[in-house]
Amino acid sequence: MSSVTIYVPRDSAALAVGADDVAEALQAECTRRGVELNLVRNGSRGMFWLEPLVEVATPQGRIAYGPVTPDDIVSLFDAGLLTGSAHPLCHGVTDHIPYLAKQERLTFARMGITDPLSIADYEAHEGFAGLRAALALKPEAIVQQVLDSGLRGRGGAAFPTGIKWKTVAAAQADQKYIVCNADEGDSGTFSDRMTMEGDPFMLIEGMTIAALATNATIGYVYIRSEYPDAVATMGEAVQRATAAGFLGDNILGSGRTFTLHVRKAAGAYVCGEETAMLESLEGKRGIVRAKPPLPALEGLFGKPTVINNVISYASVPLIMSRGANFYRDYGMGRSRGTLPMQLAGNIKHGGLVEKAFGVTLRELMFDFGGGSATGRPIKTAQVGGPLGTYLPESQWDLPMDYEAYAAVGAVVGHGGIVVHDDTANLSKLARYAMEFCAIESCGKCTPCRIGSTRGVEVIDKIMAPPSTKHNKPQQVQLLRDLCDTMVNGSLCAMGGMTPYPVLSALNHFPQDFGLANPDRQAA
Amino acid sequence: MNTNPASVTQAVLARHADEPGALLPILHEVQDALGHIPRDVVPQIAEGLNLSRAEVHGVVTYYHHFRAEAPGKHVVQVCRAESCQAMGADALMAHAEHALGCHTHGGHGSTSADGQYTLNPVYCLGLCASSPAIVVDDKLHARMTPARFDKLIAKLGETA
Repeated sequence: MSSVTIYVPRDSAALAVGADDVAEALQAECTRRGVELNLVRNGSRGMFWLEPLVEVATPQGRIAYGPVTPDDIVSLFDAGLLTGSAHPLCHGVTDHIPYLAKQERLTFARMGITDPLSIADYEAHEGFAGLRAALALKPEAIVQQVLDSGLRGRGGAAFPTGIKWKTVAAAQADQKYIVCNADEGDSGTFSDRMTMEGDPFMLIEGMTIAALATNATIGYVYIRSEYPDAVATMGEAVQRATAAGFLGDNILGSGRTFTLHVRKAAGAYVCGEETAMLESLEGKRGIVRAKPPLPALEGLFGKPTVINNVISYASVPLIMSRGANFYRDYGMGRSRGTLPMQLAGNIKHGGLVEKAFGVTLRELMFDFGGGSATGRPIKTAQVGGPLGTYLPESQWDLPMDYEAYAAVGAVVGHGGIVVHDDTANLSKLARYAMEFCAIESCGKCTPCRIGSTRGVEVIDKIMAPPSTKHNKPQQVQLLRDLCDTMVNGSLCAMGGMTPYPVLSALNHFPQDFGLANPDRQAA
Repeated sequence: MNTNPASVTQAVLARHADEPGALLPILHEVQDALGHIPRDVVPQIAEGLNLSRAEVHGVVTYYHHFRAEAPGKHVVQVCRAESCQAMGADALMAHAEHALGCHTHGGHGSTSADGQYTLNPVYCLGLCASSPAIVVDDKLHARMTPARFDKLIAKLGETA
């Protein structure tokens, strides 16, 4: 009996377009043809327009076919799928597909290549090498490596990770915590989800290294409830890592302890704000705390706590195994290393693109993304989630760099890019930003709680037909004043950044608000 | 499966007795078992955790995921976030409202008069490269169109 190894992703974006049905059809066809099938449910390669992507192991490497439906299976077998032969759905050797070949995958190096829950597979691909290196170092030496790497928080705020760790390491307490913020609520982002579903041991390894560096012994991964597959995979990965001695009372025989818990959130966007998340982990309503005290000193249950995003922790194992310089040599300016960027919305080739900082939005949208999905001209892209700005074409050649974006009032954030074609109406999207804030505001501070509702009303007045006799210039001024109050008066980024998309829409696309000319020069 | 609210809640409380900050895990397990968090179990949970009823009620009502009312037979969630909007989510939501006899307003959903369907807006399922995305009874579906939506719902009808 001949045998073959075939990969069909288990990533939820593959499942959502029928990967399970494809796997089942493959199995049935192999049985019918007397072929022994070694079916691996890998993570996704991040080329979502090709999902479900079926890969066949051949002497030339893994050969890609996609997007495959169950109806394609017989014709694929007839064409010689098992030997990687040509077919209209065949894309050749997966690693040679330009979308992948042009990337610089450091954090996502294993993504889609390994079986996410196989520790053996993980270790065969450099897994736990960072942890082993860290176990040989003193805590302060680990912190120094992270500082030297230049790694900054990938959740959006871009705060230097090493400084956070140093603060927690220096704090004196009977208990410290490591918390992973996996409440990836930004529309247009999915790199955290892919990591947890497709390479969960990498996150576990990163968090364990943080525990070693700061003398913390308990950790939590706070995952949004909209990601049930990520919750399940992380839970299983923690169990397996514990059973294999990578977590628990005596990590790899070192005598060090780190216990990790997976916690499911409950659908509140604001719990992606770190102090609201802490409240939620403590079993309370996710209401934002005033800072100071910093969570690094008084965090979870009032104890010193490291809080980082999934990708921040996931970047650490490689920094430990290859050294800080290796990582720092990627990137530009003060934005070091790589950023897993996510191409989403109205884009032909949506997916995960990991590149060093410095790549431009135009390269991402056209060289990688292939333009809009609808084939119409791209009007704008919102970068950095629902609190990020809408970038007009004049800003598409800026390098993806925290400082370059900040200089024009934009944010790189978590690296999400939502593309809109020329049918998008920016006044509608601005209104939506205010509406979203009204729905998701925790309610603690007035500018956010009330300002968002007033914002919806003012935009409605701006857009009202002339017969309603609202003084348009006056209403526009009112909107600007309101945004000023929200930016400067809100307790956290929810209310403080909701004006970003609103004002960028108004400044760069005044015609969508029925304003003939920009009412003032774009900031 | 045990569906007596008091005994389900008792068992869940016992499982989490020594866990710090256990209210969310407890509410998740109660809702997973009963489909919602009945008002009657709020005092029981409060007593079990030594909290006030107001604190537990506050948490149940704060989070979008928790519901105090039993949902319809099938729960449909349609993503309303920007990425899905860029691919026609507004039209898809309007289509879903019409097809299921439900209405959504802001962050709130509703259940059809015959109790068959609950339609909820949701803010991002993380399938943004394959927009628009929906969830039907815990199963994710991406690259959704009104025509495919109708087919999915028709299939639910067959198994009803």
